[in-house]
Amino acid sequence: MATKRSITITVNGQQHQSEIEPRMLLVHYLREILDLTGTHIGCNTSQCGACVVLLNGEAVKACTVLAMQAHGCEITTIEGLAPAGELHPIQTGFWEKHGLQCGFCTPGMIMSSYQLLKDNPHPTEDEICKGLEGNICRCTGYQNIVRAVQDAAEHMSTETSIPVSTQN
Amino acid sequence: MSVPAVFDYHPVQSVDEAIALLQLYGDEAKILAGGHSLLPAMKLRLTQPEHLIDIGPIPNLAYIRKEKDAIVLGTLTRYKQIEQSEILHKYYPILPEGTALIGDQQVRNRGTIGGSVAHSDPAGDMPGIVLALKAQLVVQGANGTRTIAADDFFVDTFLTALEQDEIVTAIRLPLPAPHTGSAYAKISNKASHYAIAGCAAVLTINKKGLCTSASIAITGASTRIIRASEVEAALISKKLDDATITSASSHAVANADLISDIHGSAEYRQQMAAVITRRVIMHALERA
Ligand SMILES: Cc1cc2nc3c(=O)[nH]c(=O)nc-3n(C[C@H](O)[C@H](O)[C@H](O)COP(=O)(O)OP(=O)(O)OC[C@H]3O[C@@H](n4cnc5c(N)ncnc54)[C@H](O)[C@@H]3O)c2cc1C
Ligand code: FES
Ligand code: FES
Repeated sequence: MATKRSITITVNGQQHQSEIEPRMLLVHYLREILDLTGTHIGCNTSQCGACVVLLNGEAVKACTVLAMQAHGCEITTIEGLAPAGELHPIQTGFWEKHGLQCGFCTPGMIMSSYQLLKDNPHPTEDEICKGLEGNICRCTGYQNIVRAVQDAAEHMSTETSIPVSTQN
Repeated sequence: MSVPAVFDYHPVQSVDEAIALLQLYGDEAKILAGGHSLLPAMKLRLTQPEHLIDIGPIPNLAYIRKEKDAIVLGTLTRYKQIEQSEILHKYYPILPEGTALIGDQQVRNRGTIGGSVAHSDPAGDMPGIVLALKAQLVVQGANGTRTIAADDFFVDTFLTALEQDEIVTAIRLPLPAPHTGSAYAKISNKASHYAIAGCAAVLTINKKGLCTSASIAITGASTRIIRASEVEAALISKKLDDATITSASSHAVANADLISDIHGSAEYRQQMAAVITRRVIMHALERA
């Protein structure tokens, strides 16, 4: 077995330190070591976007990043997007506009939408589709996901849009 | 659950440190940059390096700057930086245009230009684009630094002119002559967005409207990154009217060893390469 490595990582505002095998993927670290199972594994081949989290504020596919590559970094998962018991405007948008059916793709969709709206607070329909091209949904047919993002864009103020982990 | 085979992980802080490890471990080691070609391959166990040298932590390798005679990109410059670079939009819009077509926003947040170039994937976009731009690749190894012209760099599928102990440190793009236009487009796989047939074109036009320089590369269609020399020859010294461009573009893959697979037959790729090449030349010409 390869030498274990020490990793220090801040997830949803909380610092963690663990000894892990270097081949451990970020998605497995989040789900299995930290028990943050909101981040899903769909394809595990970098295609579906179910595993999207924010790494230093940028959306990444956590199945295609080694946990060690996130050493010293800040991660935000779906669990950390809004304070406990509250919903982020993007989550509210998905709720209000029925942006999900089974919900499997939803955490990834929401984290990708976060990046999309951060880069472009008032996207057109085409820009939303382009921004979410790395996320696959087998249920909704996407229309309501686009509506959910439009709804979020309308309701997002800078204050509520910052994930808890990166506030202050 | 697919995970890579066991390996030892070596995050490095300098290029010299990376080279020393490459020398120490030889063929058992691989460089890790953005990881968006290497990690998928390792998860499928298509490659099983015993030592992974992560150059991600090396400071100051992600930059885009204008020098006297060139625009220089550090090897760790991520696609997203390229997409947003004002310098590149001004001098070489082909690069932000090409990167915007890569994968999806998550891939573009991670992938690096140096990783893509070193990977030499014929379906990748950067190799063809840097070839059309007549880039010089700056590489560093145990014997020091040298530059390799893009024309000599891409040897074959996943094979470059890099020595085992060398790494790419920067990509130098000569500044464009006046009245130069560049463009890129591709027909791509709907899921991954890898090119099925793509074209990168850089054209220079003189005051009389004649083409004084044409540099055209094809992505996706061929088993290796190629320069479309017959298209170039058919454009040089000509006035680029519709008929000239259409006839030149029909030779897009004349010297290619075409790929034929589930994503597209050789005939399809050949025809699409001609269509895309024509469109890209028109677009580059508008910008010249
Ligand atoms: C879902 C998905 C979709 C994609 N779609 C596209 C697409 O549409 N178009 C496209 O072009 N690409 C696409 N890619 C690939 C992506 O562009 C990769 O990021 C790129 O090919 C490799 O860059 P990297 O920095 O990730 O390199 P890595 O994966 O880290 O490395 C790739 C190879 O290059 C070597 N290497 C890396 N850096 C250096 C260096 N500085 N010196 C020497 N060797 C080095 C590594 O050892 C490895 O062999 C896609 C990838 C995914 C996962
Ligand atoms: S599980 Fe990561 S992209 Fe599908
Ligand atoms: S809601 Fe079921 S996969 Fe998207």
